[in-house]
Amino acid sequence: MTTLTEATGEAAARETPARRRRRVDRLPYLLLLPCLAIIGVLLLWPLGQVVMMSFYKLDSVRQLRGDREWPWVGLANYAQILGDPFFRTVLRNTVLFAVANVVLTMILGTLVGLLLNRLGKKMATFVASCVMLAWATPALTGTIVWKWIFDDTSGLVTWLFNKLPDGLSTALFGRSDWTGYGWFNDPLLFFGILTLVVVWHSFPFIAVSVLAGLKSVPSELQEAARVDGAGPWRVFWSVTFPMLRPVFGILVVLSTIWDFKVFTQQFVLAGGTQDRSTFMLSIYSYAEAFSPPPKYGLGSAIAVILTLILLVVTGVYVRMVLRQEDES
Amino acid sequence: MKKIALNGAGLLVALFAAFPVYWMVATSLKPNKEIFSATPRPVPAEPTLEHYREILTGNLIPGVTFTDFFLNSALVAVATVLLSGLVALLAATAVARFRFKLRTTFLILLLVVQMIPLEALVIPLFLMIQRLGLYNTLPSLILTYLGFSLPFAVWMLRGFVAAVPKELEEAAAIDGASRAQTFRKVLFPLVAPGLVATSIFSFITAWNELIFALTFVNDQHKYTLPVAMTFFFGRDDTAWGSVMAASTLFTLPVVVFFLLVQRRMVSGLVAGAVKG
Repeated sequence: MTTLTEATGEAAARETPARRRRRVDRLPYLLLLPCLAIIGVLLLWPLGQVVMMSFYKLDSVRQLRGDREWPWVGLANYAQILGDPFFRTVLRNTVLFAVANVVLTMILGTLVGLLLNRLGKKMATFVASCVMLAWATPALTGTIVWKWIFDDTSGLVTWLFNKLPDGLSTALFGRSDWTGYGWFNDPLLFFGILTLVVVWHSFPFIAVSVLAGLKSVPSELQEAARVDGAGPWRVFWSVTFPMLRPVFGILVVLSTIWDFKVFTQQFVLAGGTQDRSTFMLSIYSYAEAFSPPPKYGLGSAIAVILTLILLVVTGVYVRMVLRQEDES
Repeated sequence: MKKIALNGAGLLVALFAAFPVYWMVATSLKPNKEIFSATPRPVPAEPTLEHYREILTGNLIPGVTFTDFFLNSALVAVATVLLSGLVALLAATAVARFRFKLRTTFLILLLVVQMIPLEALVIPLFLMIQRLGLYNTLPSLILTYLGFSLPFAVWMLRGFVAAVPKELEEAAAIDGASRAQTFRKVLFPLVAPGLVATSIFSFITAWNELIFALTFVNDQHKYTLPVAMTFFFGRDDTAWGSVMAASTLFTLPVVVFFLLVQRRMVSGLVAGAVKG
């Protein structure tokens, strides 16, 4: 049957055949047991719990500790959220942000991947190392640095805008003195900077994956197309892209999942959960549940909605991976 | 001409990617008068370690130093790594070495649970932590991060176990080694490098995590570094030198570890997407 079964033939010879078979069959399950227990208790059980909690009115920690009863409210939490115009704003923010970030990350990542493939060896190593640095930087500190770059008094961007000729600056933006300008106050500008931070963090993964994909397919086809007079645009869409379609598929799905639930960057950039105008689903759920007054039931309902959206995306992803495991 | 354009583009990309990291380190080494001067200097003119001295010796909050937070974070991350490494090794061995009925089901389960949005689990896990009486303790975080890092660890480790030739184990068994001995003396040493790589990912997961640490621990003495940083950072917006020094110290271990294992990250995440 399997190696270890055969391998232990000698030891097993001391046992009766029936006992041996039972032991052999049980061993893999025994090895899986701790892992399954942890996944079950720490991931699947809470996933069920969050659905259950979304049907209750839970407004105090005492209820969570079990000191007070849980009033069942059915779908009232969902009705309250879906009827709230603010929820629609949050949903719109989340979807627009995710789409914009996935598109920008994919474009920049792919371009950098293609570029790395064309550069000379030394240059490629240098650029790849720098790109890797952005990837390795934790979301927390990466965001803090960008916040410093956009600081309203000594930040680099404020200094750059102050450097613009006063006339030009006034004509373009209606102001020449940028000291004290709150870069994070206008929601649109906030989302712009958040996009910059998230794209900066996530394009390296796309670039490196695209590069790995390019290295694994023969480059003769692209060269042949180039010799036949196809421009870079044509070569990419007619030759490179079709070959790497599976890679792109997975990258788009993974990026979508990641960008839908951005939390740390937003939390740090906004300095907490006070600024409701820039809420997206994950931070909205968190703020409803944990900002006083706590509303755990309502927060759970929002978390369930977020999960359902991601479930659809995940379904697509798992089907892709399984199809490719079958093929290879 | 074309080569120049390509190299130029390469330099721009490198600048965009690396500049924030450079700026973090550069700012941390500047004296305050350079940080807050009207004309920023690209390179510190009079580099100083004063900000590092400040955060390492001073109390961020009365009675608690940066080192305390650093140790809290390290404790949580190391405990997570050890537990998740052990459990993942057992599970990976099961999946890579045995054919059993529920094997494929288990692999699909691993894939699916990796896609659960962890942000959606803050509330139910908060409930669990409250019920278990673990609120305000570091084990609440170890437990949480164990759950988060395990699926990817098993997924990654199964490849390393499968890569060890079965013949070696067979040979050991023929020489009379027991199953436990074979595991300990043959399989384990050969899988060790893979275990190290996997552990680094678990470490980074635990080290970087902010939301759960923010929610499950209320006592300032038990803050992990990310929570302490947001606290520290939120309180005094103008101490950019110290903030950047703290950020540098926080980032350093992650970058070093990450660069050691990044290759496997790509192959782990897009496994099977390209036929090599």
